[in-house]
Amino acid sequence: MAHVIDELIPPAPPPPDVAKRWNAASISGYLFLALWFLAAVALAAWLIGGWSNERVALYGPKYLSGLLTTIELVATCIVLGAIISIPVAFGRMSNNPVFSTLAYAYVYFFRGTPLIAQLFLIYYGFGSFRDQLDAVGLWVIFRDAWNCAVFAFSLNTAAYQAEILRGAIQSVPRGQFEGAASLGLGRVITMRKVIMPQAMIVALRPYGNEIILMIKASAIVSIVTVFDLMGETRRAYSRTFDFQTYIWAAIFYLLIVEALRNIWVVLENRLTRHLKR
Amino acid sequence: MSDPTAPPLAVASILDTLDPFCGPAGILHLIPESSLLSCGATGWGDEIANGFFITLCLSVGTLPVGLVLGFFIALGKLSESRALNLSANIYTTIFRGLPELLTIFMIYFGLQIGLRQLLLALGFEEAIEINAFVAGLIALSLVFSAFASEVLASAFQAIPKGQYEGGAALGLRGGIVMRKIIVPQLLRIALPGLGNLWMNLLKDTALISVIGLSDILRQTGVAARVTKEPFFFFGIACILYLFLAMLSSIGTNWLENRYKQVER
Repeated sequence: MAHVIDELIPPAPPPPDVAKRWNAASISGYLFLALWFLAAVALAAWLIGGWSNERVALYGPKYLSGLLTTIELVATCIVLGAIISIPVAFGRMSNNPVFSTLAYAYVYFFRGTPLIAQLFLIYYGFGSFRDQLDAVGLWVIFRDAWNCAVFAFSLNTAAYQAEILRGAIQSVPRGQFEGAASLGLGRVITMRKVIMPQAMIVALRPYGNEIILMIKASAIVSIVTVFDLMGETRRAYSRTFDFQTYIWAAIFYLLIVEALRNIWVVLENRLTRHLKR
Repeated sequence: MSDPTAPPLAVASILDTLDPFCGPAGILHLIPESSLLSCGATGWGDEIANGFFITLCLSVGTLPVGLVLGFFIALGKLSESRALNLSANIYTTIFRGLPELLTIFMIYFGLQIGLRQLLLALGFEEAIEINAFVAGLIALSLVFSAFASEVLASAFQAIPKGQYEGGAALGLRGGIVMRKIIVPQLLRIALPGLGNLWMNLLKDTALISVIGLSDILRQTGVAARVTKEPFFFFGIACILYLFLAMLSSIGTNWLENRYKQVER
C-alpha cells in the first residue's frame, strides 16, 4: 500500500504543559493579595495605635449590649416569622383563590418593598392611628420602637420564610404524598412524618441565608432609636468622631455572619450525611 | 440663584414635558389640585416624583459599575491562580457579610475623612463634603458586585469547556472568545440571579436616604413630618417601590423570554 509519505512520526504522548509560574493571573493575584495584606496590617496598626483603655472601658460594654440586642432581635423575629410563615405558605399553596391571592399579596408586598420603608410605615405611620389604637389598647405596644421593629421584621421575614417553606414542600415529589395516602396516613401525619423531614433538608440552606440576611438587615433598627450593635456604634461615633467605632462594628458583624455560615455548613453536612455516596 | 448642576434649559424643558408625574400629561394632574399629592407649592407630588427619579438614577447608575466589577471578581474566583482566588474571596466575604447600612456609613464617613486627610497632606484646609449620591453609588456597587460575582461565577461554571476550546480552534483570541462566545451565554444563564440582585439593589437604595440623599423615602419622610400624615406618605413610598418591583419583574421576564428564543 502506497503512502503519501513514507515515514510517519511515531506516536508519542503530548509534550508536557509548560508551567508558567508568572503569568498575568498569578501576578495580579499576588498583587491583590499583597494589597489586602497591607490593608489588614495598616488597619491592625491603626486599631492598636488608637487603642485607649479608657474608651474600651467606656464603649466596650455598650458594644456587647448592642450585640446582645441584635442577637435577641434577630432570634425573636426569626421565630415569630417562622410561626407566621406557616399559614402564609399553606395559603400560597391553597386551591382556594381567596387564600392564595391574599397570601400572594402579602408575600409580594413584603418582598417588593424595602424593609426600612416597612419599618417607617409601622413606626411613624401607625402614629396616624393613635386614637384608634389607643381605643383598643394597642398604642402602648406600637409606641415603643423595639416592638415596632419586632413587628415589622417578623412580618418581613415571614414573607421570605413562607416562600422558602413553600418551595421546600413543593420540592418533595408527589409520589411521597401518594405513598403516604396509600398507607392510610392522615394529612397531618403525612406532613409531619413524611413530607417535613424531606422538605426541611431542602430548606436548611435558604433558612440559614435568611438568618444571615436578617442579621444584616437588623442594623436598620438603629435608625428608629433601638440601640443594637449598629445603634451603639452610631452613638459612639457621634460622641468621639472616631472612625474606628465603625471598624469595630464591621469586625463584630463579620464575625457573627462568618460564624453562622460555618455553623450552617457543619449542620448541613451532619444532616445530609445519609444522602452522601 | 441658579443651580449649577441643573441641566441646560432646552434639555430641562424637554424633560419637563416628558415627566410622567408632573409634566403636561402627568398622572398627578388627575387628582384634585388641593390634595397632598398634587404638583406645585401646595402638594408633595413634585417632590416625591423627584425622589422617584433619584432612586431610579441611583440604581440604574449602580448596575453597570457593579456588574463590571462583579464580572472581574468572578473571573478572579475561577482563575487558576490561588492568590487571585483568595483575594476575590476575601472581597466577597467582606461585602456580603457586612450590613448594607454599615457599608454605606463606612464609605460615606470613611471617604470624607480619607479625602480630608489627603487634602491636608497636600496643603489644602477646606472642609469637604462627599455627595450622598456618589457615596451611595460606591457603597451599593461594592455590595452589588460581591453578590453578582457569586452569580456570575456559578454561571461561568455552567459553560462547558468546549466553548472555549471551540473558540480557540477557530483561531480567536482570548478577549474575543470572552466577548463574542462566553459573555452572551453567561448573561443568559445568570439572568434570573441578576434579576433578583437588581430587585435587592432597588430596595437597598432606600438605605441611602439615611445619609441624606433625597430619594423616595427621604422625600416622603419630609412630607410626612411636615403634614403629620406619616401613614399616608410612607404608604405612598411603599407603593412606589412596589411599582418599581413590578416594572422590573416585567422587564426581567421579557429579557428571559427574549434570550430563551435564542436557545431553541
